[in-house]
Amino acid sequence: MNFRQADDTSASVNALEIKGISKAYGRFPALKNVSLQAKDKEFLALLGPSGSGKTTLLRVLAGLEQPDAGEVRFAGEDFLALPVRRRKVGMVFQHYALFRHMTVAQNIAFGLTVRKRSEKPAKSEIADRVAHLLQLVQLEGLDKRFPSQLSGGQRQRVALARALAIEPKMLLLDEPFGALDAQVRRELRRWLRELHDRAGVTTVFVTHDQEEALDLADRVAILKDGELIQLGTPNQVYEHPATPFVFDFLGQACRMPGVVEKGRLLIADWESEAPAGAADGAVDVFFRPDEVAFAPADGAGLSALVRGVTQRGPDVRIDCVIEGQTVELQAHGPTLPPGVTTGLSVRIKPLRPQVYATA
Amino acid sequence: MNPSIRLPGIAPLFVALTLAILGVLIVFPLGVVFQQAFSKGFAAYLEPLTQPDALHAIRLTLIVAAISVPLNAVFGVAAAWAVARFEFKGKSLLVTFIDLPFSMSPVVSGLVWVLLFGAQGWFGPWLQEHNVKIIFATSGLVLATVLVTLPFVARELIPLMQDQGADEEAAALTLGAGGFTTFWRVTLPNIKWALLYGVLLCNARAMGEFGAVSVVSGSVRGLTTTLPLHVEVLYNDYEFVGAFAAASILASLGLVTLVIKTFLEWRHSGELSAGRRH
Amino acid sequence: MTAAALAPLAGKPRSRWKQPSILPGFPLAMGWTLTYLGLVVVLPLIALVVRPWELGLSVTWSTLTEPRVLAALRLSFGSAFLAALTNVPIGLLVAWTLTRYEFPGRRLIDAFVDLPFALPTAVAGIALTAIYGPNGPLGELFAKIGIKTAYSPVGIYIALLFIGLPFVVRTIQPVLQDLDREVEEAAHTLGATNLQRFWLVVLPAVLPALLSGFSLAFARAVGEYGSVIFIAGNMPMKSEIAPLLIVIKLEQYDYAGAASVGLAMLAISFGGLLAMNGVQLFLARRGRV
Repeated sequence: MNFRQADDTSASVNALEIKGISKAYGRFPALKNVSLQAKDKEFLALLGPSGSGKTTLLRVLAGLEQPDAGEVRFAGEDFLALPVRRRKVGMVFQHYALFRHMTVAQNIAFGLTVRKRSEKPAKSEIADRVAHLLQLVQLEGLDKRFPSQLSGGQRQRVALARALAIEPKMLLLDEPFGALDAQVRRELRRWLRELHDRAGVTTVFVTHDQEEALDLADRVAILKDGELIQLGTPNQVYEHPATPFVFDFLGQACRMPGVVEKGRLLIADWESEAPAGAADGAVDVFFRPDEVAFAPADGAGLSALVRGVTQRGPDVRIDCVIEGQTVELQAHGPTLPPGVTTGLSVRIKPLRPQVYATA
Repeated sequence: MNPSIRLPGIAPLFVALTLAILGVLIVFPLGVVFQQAFSKGFAAYLEPLTQPDALHAIRLTLIVAAISVPLNAVFGVAAAWAVARFEFKGKSLLVTFIDLPFSMSPVVSGLVWVLLFGAQGWFGPWLQEHNVKIIFATSGLVLATVLVTLPFVARELIPLMQDQGADEEAAALTLGAGGFTTFWRVTLPNIKWALLYGVLLCNARAMGEFGAVSVVSGSVRGLTTTLPLHVEVLYNDYEFVGAFAAASILASLGLVTLVIKTFLEWRHSGELSAGRRH
Repeated sequence: MTAAALAPLAGKPRSRWKQPSILPGFPLAMGWTLTYLGLVVVLPLIALVVRPWELGLSVTWSTLTEPRVLAALRLSFGSAFLAALTNVPIGLLVAWTLTRYEFPGRRLIDAFVDLPFALPTAVAGIALTAIYGPNGPLGELFAKIGIKTAYSPVGIYIALLFIGLPFVVRTIQPVLQDLDREVEEAAHTLGATNLQRFWLVVLPAVLPALLSGFSLAFARAVGEYGSVIFIAGNMPMKSEIAPLLIVIKLEQYDYAGAASVGLAMLAISFGGLLAMNGVQLFLARRGRV
């Protein structure tokens, strides 16, 4: 199922180049000097909490917003100089923005029918294109329906087909799964990835769901308060989050104060090898609540008192007190790690701690 | 978000056109009323307004409104309670009937009363026998006004109360409040601004109504002329300054209504039924 | 449905026509509503409908085929139709400007749109006559290019334009306001020009509102009396509107004739309303949620 090809094929060329984009609404800065690149046929996720500027950036790419400063180039061409309707970007809006008074087929054909007479394909050609797209998005037979007669997932696919109909140079998706329920969302996610790989179009999509971004994208750009915090493959950003914010945003986090000294990391009464490249000084230590090893009280690790153990579906939640601080840990599988019982003292070793210099 | 259809130069053009149209078509007539009223000076303006006929017309207008508006306000609340709080068959028919006076010609709204109570009306002979006068009398004016202004309060309250739903009333009842207490302490505070809004529009129309009352009034000068009818009487007598002076009072009433209405829409828009403005 | 027929039902809230509810007050509210409505609206309407029959349908028929009545009906409906039609593009322009552009004084202008609602019709009538009369500023202007405004059907048309405009503006405005900007943007990214976006996306979305604004303005204009009679000149066969004819017939104690004209107006309006609802329903079927 995994077609991630972006890293190894022709795609070393940067198709999309964004340089120093800034944009403010009144006095509120929505984007601050954002620069990033996407390779040809790459699937890029813009990930961030609400208000991080990710949707604004997408709208700048589409031409729906004019940035105050900066540059956008696509295949070497100055994109900002192009009016919206000449950019040929296929945009899928969060709420799909289907034309409610048009049938599915009319919706998909819209971008072709509004062309100048000289550029407009023949009627039969448009019909063929629509039929082909309906097949691609698996909506054969629904061409005469109106949007109000479709389910959320179907509407989403019509919006996608409509965007693809203009043979876009780039596909822009704004929270494409935001309005769908969890199950449809997961199904569509796989399907969208396959579609991307088959259509071979550079795609930028906005999401606030880290799982979605990590699962789907070739590379993830993480934004916060209008600034680009980190850009990398899903593995890079998950394994090596650049800041505590990224660590926190990409998953659950436990946090302890610590000190790095000459390559050694000291957390409370436990000393271990510091992560590579960590500078000396006071640090915040971050680790995932499920990336820990438990040891008996006389073993090595942070000493912790188990306050409670709760079964939560397939996982087990373990509430501990470490150095007077309550920490919630997680273990997978129906059986408890040996020796972990309420009221007992244990030792805990974070397996892959990340350290960040204390601000 | 910014308006997405932006053509350079078209916005000023549209604004200018709108201003021109509204200026000529709507604001200009308003200005003319006052300009004509004061065309012969302030004394000439006041003089016709202090005539007994004029004073009587003003008093009659106030009396008619003072009877019709409360009647329709109570009706509006009752109708809204029935329509917005209960499900029953024939509801849309009922609402159609409540709306009906809006689509009737004011003249027809007057005519129907003449057909009932006029000299040759259904109840005409009986009324004459008992020496009761409805047509060409104050009660006729009230009836015509009531019919014309019937929907105003109900139309304002029904959509609002439908939007609000009955949850708060149900909660009050579960907390032990009685029916009357619930209405007084829960329903009424929720609809008070919309009620005021409806009453305001109802009153403006009641005081300004012309067609319906002119049919039932017979325009007996100094007896059954309301202020709008008085305007007509003076105008037909070529007493233009007097006509416009009387008209200026009505125009001021309209302006005050507009100001309060705008204020309510601005200050309490959430508590009015949005998009339902008459 | 007379109040007398339905009022007893209101006393039995548990009967099948009403769903049970925990809220009190239904019998009182419903009883009062039906009684009041029955006395104020239904009973008079019955009189209007029955009266022409009572006095013989031949009277009704001969009244309605009088050339003067026909001319008046034609004038009332014709000028109302033209005025409402004119108000559609004007109302769209005004509503568009008020919802899409920000300019100083916008709120004030917006409030002034409702003036024809708030201004008593007689006041509007004499004011319009002063403006468009032979000696009025605009009347003189139009006279110069050979158009007689006051005391002619043109004057009627102007008065109906005045009273109809707020209906159109106020029905379109909320729809334009709520129009999903994303839909316009979608059309934009798909390559549609400004004109195409307006024509293919915005206009179909506001079409139902345009239609109902039109029919509201039309319904009001057909029956309009106060603002018209001063400016119309009221010449039989030429500038005499149907409501005025009702008044004239009443003054001649021709109740049957007056009722016939009133009934005809009501019937034609009602037919128009039904037709309009049909069109609305057709549009609603085509994809509005």
